[in-house]
Amino acid sequence: MKNLFSLKKYFLAYKKKLLWGLVFIICSNIGSVYVPILIKNSINILQSATNYETLGKYAFLIVIASLFSGVFRFLIRQSIIVVSREIEYDLRGDFWKHIQNLPMRYFSNNSTGNIMAHATNDINAVRMFIGPAVMYSIDTFIRLIIVISIMLSISTSLTIYSLLPLPVLSFLVYYVGKLIHDRFTKIQEKFSELTTKAQENYSGIRVIKSYTRESGEIESFRNLSKEYLKKNMKLVKVQALFQPILFLITGVSVIIVIWLGGTKVMRGELLLGDITALIIYLGILIWPMIAFGWVINIIQQAEASMARLNKILSEPIEIKDNEDSVETIIDLKGAIKFEDVSFRYSEIQPDVLKDINLIIPVGSTLAIMGHTGSGKSTLVNLLLRLYDVTGGNILIDGNEIKSIPLKTLRKSIGYVPQESFLFSDSLTNNISYGLDAPDLEIVKKSAAISQFEKDVVDFPEGYETIIGERGITLSGGQKQRSALARALVLNPKILILDDSFSAVDTNTEEKILTNLKEFMKNRTSVIISHRISTVKDADNIIVLKDGTIAEEGTHDELFALDGIYADIYNKQLLEKELEEYTD
Amino acid sequence: MAADKKNDDEILGKAYDARLMRRLLKYVKPYLKYVILAIVLNIIAAALGPLRPYLTKIAIDEYIRDRNYTGLSYVSIGLFAALFLQTFIQYLLTYYTQYLGQRTILDLRMELFAHTQKLALKFFDKTPIGRMVTRVTNDIESLNELFSSGIIMVFSDVFIVLWIFCFMFYLDWRLSLVTLSVLPVLFYGTFLFRKKVRENYRDVRFHLARLNSFMQERVTGISIVQIFFKQKEELKQFSSINADHRKANIESIFYYAVFYPGVELLSSAAIALIIWYGGGEIIQKHLSLGVLFAFIQYTEMFFRPIRDLSEKYNILQTAMASSERVFKLLDEDTIIPSPEAPIRKSSLSGKIDFKNVSFGYGSSNTDFVLKNLSFNIQPGKTTAIVGATGAGKTSIISLLSRFYDIQNGQILVDDIDIKEISEKDLRNNIAIVLQDVFLFSGTIRSNITMDNPAITEEQMIKAARMVGADKFIEQLPNKYDEEVKERGATLSTGQKQLISFARALAYNPQILILDEATSSIDTETEILIQSAIEKLLEGRTAIVIAHRLSTIQNADKILVLHKGELKETGNHQELLAKRGIYYKLYQLQYKNQEISNS
Ligand SMILES: Nc1ncnc2c1ncn2[C@@H]1O[C@H](COP(=O)(O)OP(=O)(O)OP(=O)(O)O)[C@@H](O)[C@H]1O
Ligand SMILES: Nc1ncnc2c1ncn2[C@@H]1O[C@H](COP(=O)(O)OP(=O)(O)OP(=O)(O)O)[C@@H](O)[C@H]1O
Ligand SMILES: [Mg+2]
Repeated sequence: MKNLFSLKKYFLAYKKKLLWGLVFIICSNIGSVYVPILIKNSINILQSATNYETLGKYAFLIVIASLFSGVFRFLIRQSIIVVSREIEYDLRGDFWKHIQNLPMRYFSNNSTGNIMAHATNDINAVRMFIGPAVMYSIDTFIRLIIVISIMLSISTSLTIYSLLPLPVLSFLVYYVGKLIHDRFTKIQEKFSELTTKAQENYSGIRVIKSYTRESGEIESFRNLSKEYLKKNMKLVKVQALFQPILFLITGVSVIIVIWLGGTKVMRGELLLGDITALIIYLGILIWPMIAFGWVINIIQQAEASMARLNKILSEPIEIKDNEDSVETIIDLKGAIKFEDVSFRYSEIQPDVLKDINLIIPVGSTLAIMGHTGSGKSTLVNLLLRLYDVTGGNILIDGNEIKSIPLKTLRKSIGYVPQESFLFSDSLTNNISYGLDAPDLEIVKKSAAISQFEKDVVDFPEGYETIIGERGITLSGGQKQRSALARALVLNPKILILDDSFSAVDTNTEEKILTNLKEFMKNRTSVIISHRISTVKDADNIIVLKDGTIAEEGTHDELFALDGIYADIYNKQLLEKELEEYTD
Repeated sequence: MAADKKNDDEILGKAYDARLMRRLLKYVKPYLKYVILAIVLNIIAAALGPLRPYLTKIAIDEYIRDRNYTGLSYVSIGLFAALFLQTFIQYLLTYYTQYLGQRTILDLRMELFAHTQKLALKFFDKTPIGRMVTRVTNDIESLNELFSSGIIMVFSDVFIVLWIFCFMFYLDWRLSLVTLSVLPVLFYGTFLFRKKVRENYRDVRFHLARLNSFMQERVTGISIVQIFFKQKEELKQFSSINADHRKANIESIFYYAVFYPGVELLSSAAIALIIWYGGGEIIQKHLSLGVLFAFIQYTEMFFRPIRDLSEKYNILQTAMASSERVFKLLDEDTIIPSPEAPIRKSSLSGKIDFKNVSFGYGSSNTDFVLKNLSFNIQPGKTTAIVGATGAGKTSIISLLSRFYDIQNGQILVDDIDIKEISEKDLRNNIAIVLQDVFLFSGTIRSNITMDNPAITEEQMIKAARMVGADKFIEQLPNKYDEEVKERGATLSTGQKQLISFARALAYNPQILILDEATSSIDTETEILIQSAIEKLLEGRTAIVIAHRLSTIQNADKILVLHKGELKETGNHQELLAKRGIYYKLYQLQYKNQEISNS
């Protein structure tokens, strides 16, 4: 139960409504337990001589009592269940607020499906606890006390006998409840495997079709489905027993009342109406008893779900503004300095970057080259604080990067990630994502700089074209250029291009670079590329090798150095046929 | 955003739709014996419940009144036997109906999944993945409830009610009529309730779908959200969707809050009628106390199924809406039609002809992406495609694998129209390194071999070595068994591309297609790959798309594409001599290096 305690603050926010709910439950129970008393009395007087008037009075009172109870029952739902929806809203909001700010580390280690399952299933399980479970358990408890005391007042011995099967019931509820819970967890695990499988299959459908793996996919999906069926049937074996046995036990109570009660009536110790009342009361108890088992299950599930949610909610937001951040920094100029920076993705992995020392003056351009996996993207991720350095320091305008408010930092940097992610929305909305409101003028201007405009005019719906998930209906180069336009819209002080021309032809790239030259005046820029043609004009070029700076200098300096850079240069050299054809 | 658009999730099935039901029942057919078993068990179980108040009546009227102790014992034992039998049957019933449900949905789920595997890419281009996933998981799941509890429960409720009627009328028909006089009110109330809940249900579902697709897309694009520092705005949007969802749900609470106590009130009213009318009859000695007693119990029994009705109604409605969506996907016929009698060709030589091919992604016949394209590729030769971004290069190779069908013209492989060849044979001969790299969650091994048992460990390692991926793989703690996270989240972009490249080589195809296969890879590795696959390519057909001319200048043939039209063809020398687009491109790249060399 300790995880569910963390819901306290949510409950407290609605304590008034919940307290009213409690009052309503008590009132409604007073009404509903009064009905059997009325029935009892009316049957008892039937055995003596009576008249229509008294009968009519009882019948009328039964309806009134029931109406009284009903009104409060309405109010219970309007208070407690409504609160459960309100708390669900709060909880989901808090969950989302937290998720949004979790570090990238979290997202690279947890699948989307997993996170979605928490946001939907787990929150729902907790909601079931807050609403129905709380309502029924309080209701059951109060009802149990009232009903049993009335029963005892009718016939002490009969009540005790008839309630004898109840301990068995409690044990059963507890034991079977646990069994059900375990098996249910297994089912959920299988179901999430099934979901993940489907998700992966549809995301990678192009690859699957290319490699004609459809039948293999169907086979493995079938196996998963079959295992899922088996796990379900395991649960059914227990669950199918649960409900009928509950009925059996409560039914036995009723038979005890009839049998023993019957003999008592024969002996004149009890009236027939008393037995009727006892049976009706037992009937009133049956449902709460069943609900009781159900509530226990819900609570167990909610506890497990809440544990998972708490785990996420307690994931530290590693990267955020803190005491060290200086609120007054609302603007950056763009002088960047790396001091002995080192970085690793996790404790157990080796350093990806080692002893990086680097100065990028305001308005200058730094180009980064290097092998696949040498740490280029990692380096720029550090500039955005998608990760924090594990050693050394990064300074911007002389301020430690951690002291710059995140908002200032990220709003000042225009970043084109290596892999372009676009939302399934219109081009306008995608490109103007960084703005507070879409602005077609700015969008057009940025699209023109990134040479995307000429493609858009060919689209039948222009900038209003809705693109597929992740931008699937655009060509590779179109995706990259939209992502570039999206970064330019910010009018950033620092521009970072991570291999942003890899899918763009040289001709277009050349035009973009010319446009950018104008744009980048007075802005600091970092360009990652494998192409000499892209990096050659940079003010400074570094070549990364296994996470360290192997070479640094301008194009000419590096060329003269005759090292890695010169080697790449030579390898990209076109053969000299051209001369033969120029006149 | 896009989630606001109307979609299938809004389908609001009728609670009962004969057409859908008939189609659903087809899936039950193979398990008919379980259905029959369930129905028989049901009839018995349904009778056992109402039997008990009847026995109680006998106990009261005949034994308790007459002080017959043994008689009372017999009745009690009888009651117990009925109860026990009912419990046992109930168990069997639940077990078998659940089994029935599980088997049925397994079949349906597999049929649906297998069907989606046949659908054309055109369909996937416009359908959100989340929606497809929901169809094969949650939607099918809600049918389980229909098959396992829904249908059978409705049956059993009908039987119970029928049995209760029988017993009641057998005991006293006048009192029965008086008791049942509350029914019209009940039916009308239920009707109103159903109508309200139905409308509200659509709202709830719609808002839930919006909420989910919003979260799904933000989670996948979380880095963009964070980089652009949009958390505040996104939270605002999220809160408004979340609030709509809450509002719809709170509205539904109201209907339930009225319905449940309402039914309760009616049941009390029925009891009040029994006491008032039945009591009067007893005074006049027209009725025995036991009958009154039994009627009170019957009323309780009778209202329980009706009280649960709203819940069952939900099951039914959800199931109908789900089945409508499931069948809609099952009926989806965006499929690349396979030939009547496909030509089986387990190995192709790799001769390719495009004849006047025109193609567009839309349905209109004007917005062509490729226009009247004709060229041929000789077996064993390497062909390069160059052209500006968006020119249609990727589209050409998608057509060759028949991911899309063309509007005009003909594509021939080994002189056979690809529409005539079996799709599987065609694709088995072609390995593509796709421009958009996709890695599956799993291991590096499973990503290279695609779980194809025909690919041996050696072939896998050889492929990795050829692309130079072995270097970084060997450094991973678990080597080839290192876990790959969703979409390869913990690998660098180039590393992912290398794995996807190795995947194609391990496949050992007759036709190899490289769509910007080395765009994110450093020059050194790229050259290493080139020389490594040179030998592999001997005697095989290759199509290479690349922007860096240095990587393609040795191709046997170069196609120059401009806005979907073929502008020039020839080898490097010939194209330079033409002084056309290629020459300009070349000059541009060459000029760059001249400048930088000075
Ligand atoms: N699935 C799709 N649905 C609709 N339109 C598409 C789809 N795929 C591509 N297009 C459009 O078709 C045109 C050609 O795209 P294609 O991907 O063939 O270009 P490409 O030459 O490969 O470009 P790049 O060099 O940028 O990769 C583009 O305008 C693109 O927007
Ligand atoms: N999220 C992550 N978790 C763990 N390791 C990672 C993660 N991202 C990258 N790596 C590893 O860190 C190293 C550097 O990756 P990075 O993406 O910085 O390379 P890169 O130089 O940008 O390569 P490329 O040219 O392929 O884009 C690689 O070995 C990669 O596998
Ligand atoms: Mg990178």
